[in-house]
Amino acid sequence: MKENKLIHWFKYASPQSFYPLAGKMIPWFWALTAVFGLSGLWLSFFVAPTDAVQGDGYRIIFIHVPASWMSMFIYIVMACWAGLGLALNTRLSGMMAQALAPTGALMAFLSLWTGAFWGKPMWGTWWVWDARLTSELILFFLYLGFIALQAAIDDARRADKAGAILALVGVVNVPIIYFSVKWWNTLHQGSSVSLNKSPTMAATMLWGMLLMALCFWMYSIAVALMRVRAIILERETHTEWIKDLAEVKQ
Amino acid sequence: MRPWQKRAAIIGGGLAALGVAAALALNALNSNIALYVTPSEVVAGKAPQGQAFRIGGLVKEGSLKRDNLTAHFVVTDTVKEVPVAYTGILPDLFKEGKGAVVQGKLGPDGSFVASEVLAKHDENYTPKEAQQAIDKAQAAAKGKP
Repeated sequence: MKENKLIHWFKYASPQSFYPLAGKMIPWFWALTAVFGLSGLWLSFFVAPTDAVQGDGYRIIFIHVPASWMSMFIYIVMACWAGLGLALNTRLSGMMAQALAPTGALMAFLSLWTGAFWGKPMWGTWWVWDARLTSELILFFLYLGFIALQAAIDDARRADKAGAILALVGVVNVPIIYFSVKWWNTLHQGSSVSLNKSPTMAATMLWGMLLMALCFWMYSIAVALMRVRAIILERETHTEWIKDLAEVKQ
Repeated sequence: MRPWQKRAAIIGGGLAALGVAAALALNALNSNIALYVTPSEVVAGKAPQGQAFRIGGLVKEGSLKRDNLTAHFVVTDTVKEVPVAYTGILPDLFKEGKGAVVQGKLGPDGSFVASEVLAKHDENYTPKEAQQAIDKAQAAAKGKP
């Protein structure tokens, strides 16, 4: 009786059963992106008060901080998929890692770009080679390297393996980014939000930032799922089940 | 041990070894990664002689004086102090009592001639009204004996 109720999770490790599941989930994640994004933007730009020191320029954090968080988190998820793929030899893992990389690169770029725009008026410089900024730039290059390496190898399975090793080696950089402001003297300020102390910002500002972070999460999931579906179609194009798909038959 | 467990163990071991190697390398490079030295380190003679470097600290309250286009102020870490001279435009967030990072060279008399001044912001975000209330309360507390 109980046996029947269990969801067979491993079933979804096969591209054939994951493809329709991802298709069903995508609209939900887009809807959540819109809900969190609209409420987050409204809170960020119309409700949150002007900062006492920085004026309205501080509002860059509503994009900058969520993008930075996502750039680090996506890398960890990507490395986890890469590690799973290496250990278990599952086909879907490599595809998931490949699907996440461009979104991660976008987030890292957004983080660096918005940071530079904030840095010029606030610090007085676009860029400075401090530990936080430099390690985030390395993260951006790791994403680009991963994408380039995968694209350079024709055999998909070998490309996955090479990419996985690069992704796993690069994962040491993530704690360096996160703790850089604690370990070294940096121009970049410390964390306003962290697990072991209360946030050092006003409540409405914090809520705006958290809603924007949720919006970025949902966006990343939706885009990664769309991309993984495209990768599945591309890599499994020779299989029978793809030929039987309604959208392929047309 | 099954093959996948063996591969997982190799990945785990590899990551652990990589982590240790990265930690050792970063530890060895510690002083090079730091963006700036503190005034205490400068006074103790740990700053590089004859070449440009950065000092980070707080701009001492009441120390900012302007003489034509040159700004004179003192950077402190509340223990030691370094006087700084800078000709140019100071960033908006540059204020007495706030953090700053100055780049330049140390003169023979122990004063620092800066070629670049950056404002260092802290991680606190406060609405204007709340900050005014805090300032008022602090001023009131100071006024009382």
